[in-house]
Amino acid sequence: MDFQIAAFLAVDGIANGAIYVLIALGTVLIFSVTRVLFVPFGDIAAFSALTLAMIQLGRLPGTVLLLVLLASIALALELVSLARHRKWRAMPWAVLYYGILPTLPALAAWLLLGATLAVGWQMLLALALVLPIAPLLDRIAFRPLADASVLVLLIVSVAVHFAISGLALLFFGPEGFRTEPLTRAMFDIGGIPVGAQTVLMVAAAAAFSGLLYLYFETTISGKALRATASNRVGARIVGIRPGRTGTFAYLLASLLGGVSGLLIGPVTTLYYDSGFLIGLKAFVGAVMGGLTSYPLTALGAVVIGLLESYASFFSSQLKETLVFASLIPILIWRSVSSLQVEEEEEDIS
Amino acid sequence: MRSQRLLRAFPFLAAVLLALAPLVLSPFTVTLMNYIGIGAIVALGLVLLTGFGGLTSFGQAAFVGIGAYATAYVTTALGLPAIAGLVLSLAATGAVALFLGAITLRLGGHFLPLSTIAWGIAIYFLFANIPGLGAYDGVSGIPPIVLAGVSLQADGAIYYLIWALLAAGMWGIANLLDSREGRAIRSLRGGATMLASLGVDLFRVRLAIFLIAALLAGLAGWLYAHMLRFISPSPFEMRPSIEFLFMAMAGGATSIYGAVIGSALVILLKNTIQDILPHLSSNATQLEIVVFAVLLILLLQYARGGVISLVRRFLPVKLSLPMAAADGLPTRTMPQPGIALLRLDTIVRRFGGLVAVNRVSFEMKSGEIMGLIGPNGAGKSTLFNLVTGALKSNSGQITFLGRDISRAPQRAIAKLGMARTFQHVKLRPAMTLIDNTLIGAYPRTTSGFLRCLLRLDRAEDARATRSALDALTFVGLGDKAMELAGNLPLGNQRVLEIARALAADPILIVLDEPAAGLRKAEKLALAAQLRAIQARGVSILLVEHDMDFVMGLCDRIVVLEFGSMLMEGSPAEVRASARVQEAYLGGVA
Repeated sequence: MDFQIAAFLAVDGIANGAIYVLIALGTVLIFSVTRVLFVPFGDIAAFSALTLAMIQLGRLPGTVLLLVLLASIALALELVSLARHRKWRAMPWAVLYYGILPTLPALAAWLLLGATLAVGWQMLLALALVLPIAPLLDRIAFRPLADASVLVLLIVSVAVHFAISGLALLFFGPEGFRTEPLTRAMFDIGGIPVGAQTVLMVAAAAAFSGLLYLYFETTISGKALRATASNRVGARIVGIRPGRTGTFAYLLASLLGGVSGLLIGPVTTLYYDSGFLIGLKAFVGAVMGGLTSYPLTALGAVVIGLLESYASFFSSQLKETLVFASLIPILIWRSVSSLQVEEEEEDIS
Repeated sequence: MRSQRLLRAFPFLAAVLLALAPLVLSPFTVTLMNYIGIGAIVALGLVLLTGFGGLTSFGQAAFVGIGAYATAYVTTALGLPAIAGLVLSLAATGAVALFLGAITLRLGGHFLPLSTIAWGIAIYFLFANIPGLGAYDGVSGIPPIVLAGVSLQADGAIYYLIWALLAAGMWGIANLLDSREGRAIRSLRGGATMLASLGVDLFRVRLAIFLIAALLAGLAGWLYAHMLRFISPSPFEMRPSIEFLFMAMAGGATSIYGAVIGSALVILLKNTIQDILPHLSSNATQLEIVVFAVLLILLLQYARGGVISLVRRFLPVKLSLPMAAADGLPTRTMPQPGIALLRLDTIVRRFGGLVAVNRVSFEMKSGEIMGLIGPNGAGKSTLFNLVTGALKSNSGQITFLGRDISRAPQRAIAKLGMARTFQHVKLRPAMTLIDNTLIGAYPRTTSGFLRCLLRLDRAEDARATRSALDALTFVGLGDKAMELAGNLPLGNQRVLEIARALAADPILIVLDEPAAGLRKAEKLALAAQLRAIQARGVSILLVEHDMDFVMGLCDRIVVLEFGSMLMEGSPAEVRASARVQEAYLGGVA
């Protein structure tokens, strides 16, 4: 491997890493606010790319049906729970939040089917279609388990992944998609050809990470999220509603996931189940940050991107094995460096 | 009593029925039974790991795969007999489990399960890409198991081996759960702090159950490879791992029978789904996992106890006391009364900028009851945690029985003869009083996991039971030994914590606010009990808010204020001190 190839792989790795950064940040965000390790998060990214691809092909995106299905289940659950507590007045709001709002993008996609849209509008529509998925899954799968241990939440999270990725096969079909690249321009940086798409990916990852930082540091709702993350009971006492903050964390994280999907769509062919591996690799990066530190998480995600890029050069077949095996030194390092904190978990049964 | 006898006869009845099954059932049903047995062996490991130990693994199928591939390689490429394959299967799964456990089990609860996802995938891709292991095509031509000259090639023959091994596994796990190590395993979930204070090495216990679960999976892999005589990578990826977890959860992860029930449920359900789904969609295998995932979510939302918890309601409750020997465990010799027992020398503990304990020094003599008092925020609890080893001091030295324990782990301090209770009672509510007390005797007993699995620990356990019963009787709870700790009123729960501390045969008992929340009569009874403990030569250090209680009970009192020592003296001296009055009541005008 000469310098040329090494540099080329590095560029490729950083571009991949940029994707993992966004997903890893979202994973840490959701985990810290809701204690749920949201495994289906990679699926959200894949769905946004697939949705954009299907819009560009003039087909009805599978997300439309998925949204309608999830919204109906969530709305039914919510109405039954309200009826049981005799909160009739809250019902119109439930219909608005769980029935109408999440299905608006689906309606828009259906009405705009076949219309020629500018790329920007196509992307906005794709984002709007994936945003409600995670909050709806939260309502359906995790809210009824608000008191459960992290372990139970994790098992449910893995189950949710398999449920929606199985459904995705029905809605998206088995074939792979690739979206139109936003730009085909090429730069030459010190003799290394760098695609403008790559630059775009890195810039977008940096911009969204920066926005997330500003949001946490400067806005009230960002501080409410941090408060909920560090102490749920305390946050509740000062008037922050954990359920609502949770929904907001899911929306925010979905935005990160959706954007990363839009960025990766033009460079990789994605299938209905591609999200799992993407999400897991982002998770390996997040482990470097101990699932708490955002800067370390971002760094870890970039490292995983680079590792994957170099691993695929040495052995494309064992690429996945090498990437996941890299978790082992990371865990050894964390195991040695971090003080053991015993968490008290309540019984699961 | 008749139902008790029925319960005891159940395993024999089940064994007879299972032995006759292949003679009457159709070959297809026998094959299904084989799959159920193999699944149950894996699920049994998860019952131990998840249901009792509060850990989980999404990579059990990968362990099955390691076991299957190990034996496939040895028997096909090297031509060795299947028994050699078994040795390698267990050695390989055991080695991988020990390595993974060693690096993840010291970290927080979610690191292990998530790493098992990642490494499960890594192993799958490894199987699928190594040409020596047949890559995606797998390994074929695996010979059948030959036992004592009999080939177990037919499904009806290997059936007996599968179910015999499953029965042996269940026997071992049942033994283990009903032992010294088992009581620690059953306390892992939610009782970590308590276990650590009693001298239990949590890491060792967690590693052991992770290893046992992996070995069971490896054993299942060995059986699977020799039953099918052909293996490929796909049964060892993530999805089957989820199915194994579903088995344990569906059957009921808090009972070893749950593993068998769950495995039967899942295999039969899978069989039904495979009959129906192809009529509905062309993507049947994908939809199968959707059905399982949705069922698993519903199960965790509405019936976390699984099938067994629905059945258990109708089963008779075990009432008989465990076997107790005539003599208790050997006791240690108490130090001479009046010698230096515990010495604190200029102890400092900071939390960031806050100095919680500032240059505190005092000495406690053996046979004393010493009180530690002070207004809120005086640093009593911090000092308490420093003495018991739950926290480490920034500087200064703590000596117990002449040994420096400033840097010693809680475990070592507990073994030296220091036992503690908790301000917020830490008991195992779903365990009996006798089991709760027996946990206290953990550091006095030595039977390891292997002895417990094989039931070689009975003599020692009977002696421990005697000691625990004596401790319970001493505190006045002897007649309630088989009740559940969660059903006791708070006053009795505190007393039970003292019994648990006594079961450790301590030299010094450290009590954290023992009178908090007790009524007047209960406080009097508690004081009398503590004096009786003192009469046995045991020293007592207590942190307390209740002045009457402390003044009436203690020989000497240390008063703390804002982290520093205010004074040390007899109850009368403390009562007379103007400085103490000022600290408690504000300046006297």
